This record gives sequence, C-alpha cells and structure tokens, in this order.
Amino acid sequence: MDFIIQNIINALQWGSFYALIALGYTLVYGVLRLINFAHGDIFMVGAYIAFFVAGFMLGPALGLSPMATFLLAVPLTMFLTACVGVTLERIAYRPLRRKGAHRLYVVITALMCGLILEYSNLAVLGASRLKFPELVHKTIWNMGGVTVTNLKVIVIVAAVAVFVILNFIVTKTKIGMAMRGISYDKFAIPLMGIPIDQIIVFTFILGSGFAGLAGLLFAMSYPVLEPFMGMIIGWKAFIAAVVGGIGDIRGAFYGGFLLGFIEVGVVTVFPSTYRDLFAFTILLIILWMKPTGLFGMPQSTKI
Amino acid sequence: MKLSLHKMGLLALAFVLSFLMIVPAFAADTIKIGFNLPLTGDIPEVGDGSKKAAEMYLKDINDAGGLEVGGKKYQLEFVYMDNESKAESAVNAALKLIEQENVVAIIGPNSSKQAVPAGGTCNDNRCPMITPWSTNPDTTKDRPWVFRAAFLDPFQGPVAADFASQKFGAKTAAVLFDVSNDYSKGLAEIFKSAWEKKGLGPVVAFESHGTKDQDFSAQLTTIIKANPDFIFVPDNYNQVALIVQQARDLGYKGPFMGSDAWGTPDLIKLCGEQCYGNYFSTHYAAAGAAGATKVFIDRYEKAYGSTPADYAALTWDSIGLLVQGIQNAGKVDPNPRKERKLIRDGLASIKSFDGITGKSKFDEQGDPIKCAVVVKISDQGEFVFEQSVCP
Repeated sequence: MDFIIQNIINALQWGSFYALIALGYTLVYGVLRLINFAHGDIFMVGAYIAFFVAGFMLGPALGLSPMATFLLAVPLTMFLTACVGVTLERIAYRPLRRKGAHRLYVVITALMCGLILEYSNLAVLGASRLKFPELVHKTIWNMGGVTVTNLKVIVIVAAVAVFVILNFIVTKTKIGMAMRGISYDKFAIPLMGIPIDQIIVFTFILGSGFAGLAGLLFAMSYPVLEPFMGMIIGWKAFIAAVVGGIGDIRGAFYGGFLLGFIEVGVVTVFPSTYRDLFAFTILLIILWMKPTGLFGMPQSTKI
Repeated sequence: MKLSLHKMGLLALAFVLSFLMIVPAFAADTIKIGFNLPLTGDIPEVGDGSKKAAEMYLKDINDAGGLEVGGKKYQLEFVYMDNESKAESAVNAALKLIEQENVVAIIGPNSSKQAVPAGGTCNDNRCPMITPWSTNPDTTKDRPWVFRAAFLDPFQGPVAADFASQKFGAKTAAVLFDVSNDYSKGLAEIFKSAWEKKGLGPVVAFESHGTKDQDFSAQLTTIIKANPDFIFVPDNYNQVALIVQQARDLGYKGPFMGSDAWGTPDLIKLCGEQCYGNYFSTHYAAAGAAGATKVFIDRYEKAYGSTPADYAALTWDSIGLLVQGIQNAGKVDPNPRKERKLIRDGLASIKSFDGITGKSKFDEQGDPIKCAVVVKISDQGEFVFEQSVCP
C-alpha cells in the first residue's frame, strides 16, 4: 500500500511539471491558435534565469539567506522569463502576424526560436552542466514508509495554485473575457475596442511567467541544468496539452497529471524502455476516442 | 580604385591558393592524429579533460623538436573532432577524420556508447583507433585495428561486486542503469551475473532508465521497497547526481557503489555532499599518487587549475601507446593508408606498457590487462584511494 502511495506522490510531482508547462502551451494556443514550440525552451531559460538570480542573491554582493533568496527568486524569475517570452512575441510572432502569414510559418518560426534559445545558451554558457544551489532546506517526512519532502509539496501546491489562478483570470476577469473573445474571432474583437496586441502580450506574460516558475521549481527538484533540458519535457507537455484538449486550461492541467501518472505507472510495472511506448500508446487511444482531447470541443470558444 | 581593389582581391586569392598548395608539402614532416571527443552533449567534461591532456602531450613533443621515427624528427598535429556524446555523431566524426583530415590514427571516443560504433567504422576503414576510456568488450572484439588503454567491464564488474560484499557486508544488491548506454547496460549485466555467482543473495531489483531522464523516483521506489544492502549505479556522473539525491529524498540511507564513469570532478560539483562516503571503481586515484603519475597530475594542475580525471590520464597513456606504435613502425610513410597499416602493426607488437595509470600487458584482442582501484569520495569531496585490485 505504501508502495502505491509513494508512487502516487512521485507521479504528482512529475505531473506537476508537465501541467505547469502545458498550461503555457494551452494559453498561447487558446488565444493565438499558435503552437508555441519555443515554450519548452522558455522553461529552460527560466531555469537558467533562476540559477543566475539565485546565484546573485546568495553571492557576496547581497548575501541573502537561502529562504529569502527563494521568496525573492520566484517573482524575479517569473518577471524575467516573462520578458523573454514577450521579446519572442515582439521580434518573431508579431511581425508575422502583422503581415498576415499563415499559421504554419508562425509554428516553424516558433521551432526556430526554440533552437536559437538552446544553441545560444550552449554558445554562451558552454556544454558543462550547472548545479542549482539548495534554496529550501530539505526536510524529509516519513509517514508509515511513505516519504515526502517539503520541496515536493511546494511543487504540487504550486501547480494547483497556478491552475486555480489561471482559471480565475480566464473565466472571471475582463481581460480573460477579452482573451476568450480573441480566441473566438480575432477579426471582430478589435472592432469592439479591445487592444488585441496588449491582450496577446498579456497572454505571453502569463504563459512565460509560469514557465519561469516551472523552471525554478524544476531546477530545485532536479538540480542539474543543461541547455537541452527543456526540449523533451516541452514536447511531452505539449502532447499532454493536446490530449487534455489544447486551448482548455482544465485540459492542460489534467493532461499534465495524466501523463505523469502514466509514465510513473509504466516504469513501476515494466522496464523503463516501455515507458514512452506505453505512455504514448495510451494517449493515442484517448485521441482516437476523442480527437479533440479530453476537455476539448470542436470549433468553439476555448480557454 | 575599384580596379585596384579587384586586383587586390585576386592577389589575396592567389596567395590563399598558393598557401593551400604549400601545406601538403609541409605535411610530409608532420604526423596527423585525430581525436574523436565528446566536447558537447551529455559528458562534455570528458572531452574537455582529454583535450587538455592531449594539448599537454602535443606541446611536450613539438617543443622538443618533434617525434623521432627512423632517425628523422616529425612534428605532431592533433585534430579534435566533436562527437556530441552521440553514437551516430561519433561515426561521422571518425569518417571525417579518416577521409577528409587524412589522419594516420584516431584516439577516442571515450565512452563505450560512442566507442563501440566508432570502433566498427575505424576497423572497416582500416584506421588504427585507441579508445582511452571505453570499458565495454565489444569495442575491440574481433577488431584488429582497435585498441584500448582501459581495463574491461568483465573485470570491473566483479571488482565492484567483491568490494561491496567485503566492505558493506552486503548480501543483497540492487542495480539502476541507463538502458540506452552500452557501457551502463553491459556493466550492469556483468555485475548482476558476478553478484549472483557469489551466492550471497540475489540482485533484488534490476531497474533501468533512459539517457535523458531526470526523474528516477519510480525506479528508486521499487528498489527501496526491495530493501537492498547497497545500490550499484554504473551511470554517468550527471545522472548519478540526480539518482543519489532522489534516493535520499525517498528515504534510502544505505551505501552506493559506482563505476569508473563516476570519476569526474564534476560529480562533486553536481552531487555535492550527497555523494560523500560512497565508493566507486576506477582507473587511477589522483590523491596520493606517486612517480610519473604525480608528475603528470602536478603539471596538469599547474596548467589548468584542476585535478585530471581518469579519462585525462588515460588519454595521456593512449597517446603514449600510439607514439610507441609509431616508433615501432620504424618509418613514416607519406601515404596515410600505408602509414595506418604500419602503425597498426606497431601497436599490435606492443606487449606491455608502463603508463601513468599503471603497468599493463596486452592480450591478443588489443585489450590491456591491468589493475583497477576503488576510491572513496571523502568528506572533502576528494577521490581517495581505498584499495587496488589486480587480475
């Protein structure tokens, strides 16, 4: 029994990262109908920003305690990563949108941006891995054979909190209504006096900011950073978002956790070589039965 | 003005062309050696350390006027090619070195994951290759053109099993390995059979993971549930850092036993105090070395500010082996194909070699028979000599 509970906790932690990244994919897709393939690399940039922010605060210039560093690093990392996301929107996606380019070209541009982020990191920082400093003093709680660390609890709580916040913004606020409006009809919405560019920038701020948070938490949980760390987890989170029903916030959240549970479950029972095979076969079967994803609805307002 | 610019361009072109034509004329007095190294990718530290050792060797030889072969001195030229720590890139790098760079021999790749496929390519193209760090038997098996400087996993696996059973008094073992890495997979299997042959107790968990994995909690939960006396982790240092930390988070308090892929100063940088007090088998121990090994370590530390890891020392020995092979050949043929044949025969005629990682004898496969050492990661993060195991 404790073995199963332990694996549920493992899956919750791993799924939290998929969910956090999938939320960013789904937000941008919901508003722009654009698959932002650079999102996984924005997550990686977030982890690196967190590394430098934490290094600076812990360093001799400020000399803050690890806990204070953590509390300050969260908003600062989210802010700086949001700046990266907005910069990408400004220099890559907006010019194409202005010229009325087909969505395909924007998706290819997103792929390119991801590669540029990866390889510029490789060029600037080199191939050597970085070790993320310990910010939260780790406490291990052992409850009847099940172990939980405070860090795991922080990660899971953060994923749920981000989901609740985003859900609130999108469904209960005016700006959320505008986002849903753009998703519904981006040609009519400017006629209502809604500043479409500002709403899109806001979407990128939200998506990239939470990718930055995911990067920070990921770097704390798995403290070995490398330039390509965002690639595979980004793809998988994207698939999770599609299975959940891309464009739907609940879909991204549940899809992320679903993938986390399947992956951990497969590895628990079978050799690890079967993990991706089984995980993605299950996801494929879900899409067969419901091609729009679990929460997706064909041709309607999403987000 | 425009015309003169045009003329200058032509002149520059002519100059470049003539320079290009002169180079092959120089080439007769140089010996070109290729290096197939992981300068980027999963294990960039390994490529970097090998390159630093090679640069040191190169400077020694060339500053002394070159390498004397058959009464004539030749300058050495080293060409470094990045294999991105990938198997397919290692094959490409080997082909590039052979066909475009026309090297007479190749040193590297380091990791078995790259050395096994690249060894096949070098053997098929009849170019001698020496791998410094690969311990998988397949690298040199039935490949007369491939040699190595490191001991083999069939030797290393039992060393780890014997040591753990004595030191920890262990009866049961668990293994976590990288299933997509020839080195890790091969060594895990050899260890398992060696352990079971001892008849103390079974290998209670035999779990695998992928190269790019970052979360091992599911595998570790299974391992911890099986309650082993220790966990054998034949993995690269970057994964070890995550595995050890996650195992501790899941409440595992027992020891770990590692293999030679742990032996990088970066292990301590990435893993920190979590790795202190664990043991691994390796090729040499820098702390407490003597003689030629100490001279090498001191020079390396002075030049680069860090302690050379085992792959740097083994690269040094590989170059030493190659130099001896070239000198055994007795002459340098300007045709690289003929020269490769001469070098291969020269290498095959080496019966024993006294390197900085210890004395070794060679068997008919081109594999050295040499001692392994087990080191402990001290509380200062140093790799301290614990015990030496000889075949």
